[in-house]
Amino acid sequence: MSNSNLYERYQRQIILSEFGEEGQQKLLKAKVLVIGAGGLGCPVLQYLTAAGIGTIGIVDDDVVALNNLHRQVLYSVNDIGLSKAERAAQILKQLNPEIKIIPYNERLGNQNALMLLDEFHIIIDGTDNFSTRYMINDASVLLNKPLVYGAISQFEGQVSVFNFQQSENDEAANYRDIFPNPPKEDEVLNCAEAGVLGVLPGIIGTMMANETIKLITGIGEPLANQLLTYNALNNQVYQLNLSARKETRSLIPKDEAAFLQMDYAWLCASSVSQSEIDADTFNSLMEKGNVDVIDVREPHEMPLATEFSNIKIPLAQLTDNAGMIKSDTVITFCQTGKRSLQAAKILSGIFGDKKKVYSLRGGIVEWKKQKQAV
Amino acid sequence: MQVNIILFGQLTEIAGNAVSVDNVADTDSLVRILHKRYPALADTKYVIAVNKQVVNRNIPLNNNSTVALLPPFSGG
Repeated sequence: MSNSNLYERYQRQIILSEFGEEGQQKLLKAKVLVIGAGGLGCPVLQYLTAAGIGTIGIVDDDVVALNNLHRQVLYSVNDIGLSKAERAAQILKQLNPEIKIIPYNERLGNQNALMLLDEFHIIIDGTDNFSTRYMINDASVLLNKPLVYGAISQFEGQVSVFNFQQSENDEAANYRDIFPNPPKEDEVLNCAEAGVLGVLPGIIGTMMANETIKLITGIGEPLANQLLTYNALNNQVYQLNLSARKETRSLIPKDEAAFLQMDYAWLCASSVSQSEIDADTFNSLMEKGNVDVIDVREPHEMPLATEFSNIKIPLAQLTDNAGMIKSDTVITFCQTGKRSLQAAKILSGIFGDKKKVYSLRGGIVEWKKQKQAV
Repeated sequence: MQVNIILFGQLTEIAGNAVSVDNVADTDSLVRILHKRYPALADTKYVIAVNKQVVNRNIPLNNNSTVALLPPFSGG
């Protein structure tokens, strides 16, 4: 883009003495990754695109739904069923064709998180579940990247900047310095259960965009080592101070290999009531009791599972025989973990919130292998 | 001596926006009193901040200390 064009587009912020052409150049050189293109992601993306951030990555594997539109203001009814990451990128390019916008229509997981985050200077967490939030926090700590955090529930929001050392005396705090461990399934409500006022993510997301611009340009005081809470009903703002704790470091994987081994979905027992569990988790659930284990393989399949009691219901007969399942926790397994995942989905559909349904990852084959290794 | 407690998020549905507790020496005792008064709090996750500083261990409380109880939010 020519300099005169650049000056015209950003003129109103360039004339701010604290900001200037230097600030604009910093924005143009910055690479920001926005994770979640939902309620928080939309305003973050709109303002960062408008402000002229040089490269913006958008991660989201979800599609637009009608009940998103009251708060996810980038999208319209014609976008329903389309990828959020791709639609957001197309819409934002019309707003500012001069910058680079990269959609990632994929789910962030242990396997891709470090590689993806490493490509960017600043990470923005606008996700809607604890497992991804803890994963992003840990990855940002490992990679030493500033993380702009925002979260909402009903009428209240939280904003912070993690992993950013404001002064030499301050050690940078992160999410685990506030909440060391993820909540269990029934300790908090998710957005779908709790509800949210549409304008709230607009306010909180805009604050996140503001923090990002401050981090990049070096103006003002970012919310490092602070957590801001905002209440939309009474306009009360409450700002808390955070300190980095020694104990926090032990909760975060120490290197890439340890990060890849972390089972974030299980740590948070995410509100999706069917999920995969590994052999260790399987064993600890068995110890707790009140568990029905279901073998969804056909009767002739080997190896037999004789090490623990189980009910044999082949996948095709599961729906008709779901009444045989009495315990509050249900674990399905098969040979390698594929059919059992399908079975877990079917059972979650039947039992809803009444039972917790898990699928044994890797199946009985992997479980026996683990057992032998021990 | 009185300690003022302000609550956030879903905690307000359990105990309201603000409560006060008399004669309480430290944060551990305060938590015990609150859990007795509002049993549902014991099943809910939250962090404590004393005079706007997040604390993850037991610390003494003074007259007119303000204690904030904050739940984690997951929504986006």
